[in-house]
Amino acid sequence: MDLELSETELAFQAEARAWLAANVPPEPLPSLDTAEGFELHREWESRLAADRWSVVSWPAEAHGRAASLVEWVVFEEEYYRAGAPLRVSQNGIFLLAPIIFEHGTEEQQARFLPSMATGERVWAQCWSEPEAGSDLASLRSTARRDDDRGGWVLNGQKIWCSRAALAHWGFGLFRSDPEAQKHAGLTYFLFPLDADGVTVRPIAQLDGEAGFAEVFFDDVFVPDADVLGAPGDGWRVAMSTAGNERGLSLRSPGRFTAAADRLLASYAERPDQRVADRVVDAWLRAEAYRLYTWGTVTKLKDGGDIGAAGSVNKVWWSELDIALHETALDLLGPDAELESAWLDGYTFSLSGPIYAGTNEIQRNIIAERILGLPREPKGLQK
Amino acid sequence: MKFELTGDQQDFASSLESLLVASDPVSAARSWAEGDHAAGLKLWQRLAEQGLLMLATEASAVEVALAFEALGRHGVPGPWVESAAYLPTALGREIDGVGTVAVPPLVPYALDADAADEVYATTTDGLLAGSIGALHISVDRTRRLFDVSPDGDRVASGESLDAAFDLAVLACAAQLLGAGERVLADSVTYVKQRKQFGREIGSYQAIKHKLADVRIALDFARPLVFGAAIEPTPRAVSAAKVACSEAAYLASRTGLQVHGAIGYTQEFDLSVWITKIRALVSAWGSPAEHRARILDSLLEA
Ligand SMILES: Cc1cc2nc3c(=O)[nH]c(=O)nc-3n(C[C@H](O)[C@H](O)[C@H](O)COP(=O)(O)OP(=O)(O)OC[C@H]3O[C@@H](n4cnc5c(N)ncnc54)[C@H](O)[C@@H]3O)c2cc1C
Repeated sequence: MDLELSETELAFQAEARAWLAANVPPEPLPSLDTAEGFELHREWESRLAADRWSVVSWPAEAHGRAASLVEWVVFEEEYYRAGAPLRVSQNGIFLLAPIIFEHGTEEQQARFLPSMATGERVWAQCWSEPEAGSDLASLRSTARRDDDRGGWVLNGQKIWCSRAALAHWGFGLFRSDPEAQKHAGLTYFLFPLDADGVTVRPIAQLDGEAGFAEVFFDDVFVPDADVLGAPGDGWRVAMSTAGNERGLSLRSPGRFTAAADRLLASYAERPDQRVADRVVDAWLRAEAYRLYTWGTVTKLKDGGDIGAAGSVNKVWWSELDIALHETALDLLGPDAELESAWLDGYTFSLSGPIYAGTNEIQRNIIAERILGLPREPKGLQK
Repeated sequence: MKFELTGDQQDFASSLESLLVASDPVSAARSWAEGDHAAGLKLWQRLAEQGLLMLATEASAVEVALAFEALGRHGVPGPWVESAAYLPTALGREIDGVGTVAVPPLVPYALDADAADEVYATTTDGLLAGSIGALHISVDRTRRLFDVSPDGDRVASGESLDAAFDLAVLACAAQLLGAGERVLADSVTYVKQRKQFGREIGSYQAIKHKLADVRIALDFARPLVFGAAIEPTPRAVSAAKVACSEAAYLASRTGLQVHGAIGYTQEFDLSVWITKIRALVSAWGSPAEHRARILDSLLEA
């Protein structure tokens, strides 16, 4: 049992640290949900990619460094410690790419991965629908077979698609077999957000910025080449991303340990005994997350699988994120309501318990799959 | 980077587990609470034969943590933290038999001094042999607490006492972790079998979500225990103690609630852990004490 980094891992860490120190923009970029900020974040992605830091865990021939899981966690830690920008390409590189690697054809990998790695093409996840949130499999948007053109015709509506207001392509599930059972008969599609028949309507989030959007599909043609996995197999394909989002890849500990360090620095500047215990607790929870992640990494390295533990993880990081930011705001006293990086982070943290599967759904999963309690009675289907 | 138990450590944990499963520690604990040490001392002897008293000097803090998790899970009575963590580290030798110690102000009484072969107390001068005074009653009836007068020879001083304290804190944290895991396991079993309104109560979300929260709290307390076991710094052991106190306490509150009235009886075995968890939360430094230690060390860094 040890928590030591190997020689190569230490060398990787030193190289990442040095590169970030030399390249991270000294001033924070404008929000990536504004047109200007979006472009600046894409430029940052291309800078990362030019020196092969945008997708370190991908193979060397695909802009990566074939970094191990340990190195990926180390990179993330350095990345957030350096105060580097948020990843505008997050939905693509963390959520979509793993399934393109797993289920995509060689042709799809060659066509989609490079522009994702450089930030040239930004992706949006189009899963939720107005009537299908937690119960995603009840989605109603349809895909109709078009043999003449060799593809499918999409109709319906997606909602809450992060980044979609500015992104270039989307990925989502559509009901391709209206007769099949709820989870069967779904197909996974990739589509340009400027295709004929697609309408994107930005939605302002709590902070007023158009962080997500509604996407309407009106007879949108998608060729067979842009179907990911087999037609009808979309649910299984999609669930490999759901694990990514809940588990390790979306929320590396680096984000939280860096925030905990900043929280301690604020406390040291303005010590307030009345908030001291909460500062300690926020630090402690970030530290627990850091160590827990090393346990997960060890398991995955040995060929294990995260499974339902991804749900344990998701509840923890989302609540931790809120605790860190709430505590920082409490330290600010009357200035807490003023615009600040802490306030931005706080507002964003509030959505953590909602997206990527709400925390109530995660608790159901923990209770049923880990503790083995009786399953939820299901309502009427269809 | 390999943050998991080695094969040997897993084997050690499972042989300890089999021994404890087979030796009815709960009845030993119940007689211990009455001042009858016979069964408890027999169990003590068997655990000593498994090497528990030499882990601190001969093995590593990881084995110590594993052993204490098992002791906590099975509600084993006796001054184990004192004999298997604090004293061997302070004295640099294994305790032969049963030892106990008071470390005021945080540990003002010596646990089970009436059953001990060696009794000590610390003063500003160091660790001294002592003689036993009055008995105090704990919420956990198996914890018999005694005043000690440090009127004997000085046997240790200096840094070994700090290291001894930190290992004791870690052991206590691990014991809480085991106790919390036990309460969760027993509660899950109970809610799967108890029916009300024609359904298992474990099918109700109010029950499920509470137990899920316990699972989460324990899952994130565990890495703090084993992280601290790899390097038992004051900050790391305090973090483990705070997290395990919270997780185990949540387990005990939740466990009591999901059992209903039967959980509120002394006769039902859940009471062994509910009372022990409450006692251990403040033993070897209260959460407030450990939070203060963590903050000091973070601000120093
Ligand atoms: C900031 C943000 C970004 C997002 N980004 C994306 C994105 O990029 N792409 C995308 O497709 N979606 C995205 N979403 C949508 C997100 O996935 C959904 O909000 C989420 O799945 C919940 O669905 P819902 O909002 O319809 O809530 P509902 O499912 O209607 O839930 C409402 C409440 O009921 C509870 N509830 C529902 N079912 C149960 C149950 N069985 N047991 C107990 N409680 C239950 C929920 O926990 C919640 O508290 C985003 C959401 C937010 C807030």
